[in-house]
Amino acid sequence: MDLSWMAWTAPTAVFFSAIGTILALMAALYFLRPDGAEPRPGLFFGLATTRGDRLFISLLGSAFIHLAWLGATGYDLKWAAVISFVYAAIVFRWG
Amino acid sequence: MQKTHDHKALWLVAPALLLVAFTAVIPLMTVVNYSVQDTFGNNQFFWVGTEWYREILRSDRFHAAFLRQIMFSATILAIEIPLGLAIALSMPKKGLGVSVCLVLMALPLLIPWNVVGTIWQIFARVDIGLLGHTLNGLGIDFNYTQNAGAAWATLIIMDVWHWTSLVVLLCYAGLVAIPPAYYQAARIDGASRWAVFRYIELPKMSRVLLIAVLLRFMDSFMIYTEPFVVTGGGPGNATTFLSVDLVKMAIGQFDLGPAAAMSVIYFLIVILVSWAFYTIMTREDFEPSGGAR
Repeated sequence: MDLSWMAWTAPTAVFFSAIGTILALMAALYFLRPDGAEPRPGLFFGLATTRGDRLFISLLGSAFIHLAWLGATGYDLKWAAVISFVYAAIVFRWG
Repeated sequence: MQKTHDHKALWLVAPALLLVAFTAVIPLMTVVNYSVQDTFGNNQFFWVGTEWYREILRSDRFHAAFLRQIMFSATILAIEIPLGLAIALSMPKKGLGVSVCLVLMALPLLIPWNVVGTIWQIFARVDIGLLGHTLNGLGIDFNYTQNAGAAWATLIIMDVWHWTSLVVLLCYAGLVAIPPAYYQAARIDGASRWAVFRYIELPKMSRVLLIAVLLRFMDSFMIYTEPFVVTGGGPGNATTFLSVDLVKMAIGQFDLGPAAAMSVIYFLIVILVSWAFYTIMTREDFEPSGGAR
């Protein structure tokens, strides 16, 4: 099957594979530990979030951290990735 | 009490997920792939990394189009939501008037977007349009091809005319679903009209209002056909919203890489704002004290 029209590159393939793997892991966790799918009160604005919500907030927030980094600074993007990981850890632990 | 987790439901949504994968996820992945490359056609691509994102995020053109888009969405939401609510509240609840009102309200929604654009393009013209000709006859300088204010006014009035009906129909559906017992209790308590609206009708309509706000925000934030037909983004760039600018970049200039990067940013903004609206408006449903409603 010719997929050249999709213009795949190795970095984008890795990126989407990582997202797919995370979603598959979340689905597996849903079956193995269904309690995490229940909303729990978080520290941010008093929002009650499920595990899926926290993943969504982490991914969306990380995307904006990267965009802000690209738009506002000229430094290496890996620092934005580090900030995103810290942000995601905070969201999953306390969010 | 332990909740029962039934996984059979997941298989029922599997066909829909598969459909979404083909219609939304694959095109989205292709756009992301384009956004990190440059192309001159003939299916040849050159890796540029995050260069297009950096360029778009720092361009005045993007900032201006984004600001115009936000202003347009905020204006039409500020008009359509209260107006739709007011019309729904004043519509009859029974009798022949119900059918007449519902049909009248549904009419603008049945007209295709490009036809709506054409109607208003002609209607607002200075030479042959009823609106433009009348306003100029009254001494008001109204020419949407030359005046930015007139172009904005035309687009906003057109959108209000086209889409307020949707808000009305949603609010009306929420209103008629309120059990009469609530109104009877309010009457016994001697509640004023405002108190009935504030403490019965508004809370009971919160769900439909959420849907109305979300639908109108997403639709207005991605509006393309009507401004393209009426003003073409002009005069100058006065009504060049993000969507219009995106098409100019992708089709007009054939800058597929920057256009793809702009699409991804646009997509993320729509998701963020929609999520924020949804979270704010459903927040009280998940208060720890009350539990999920």
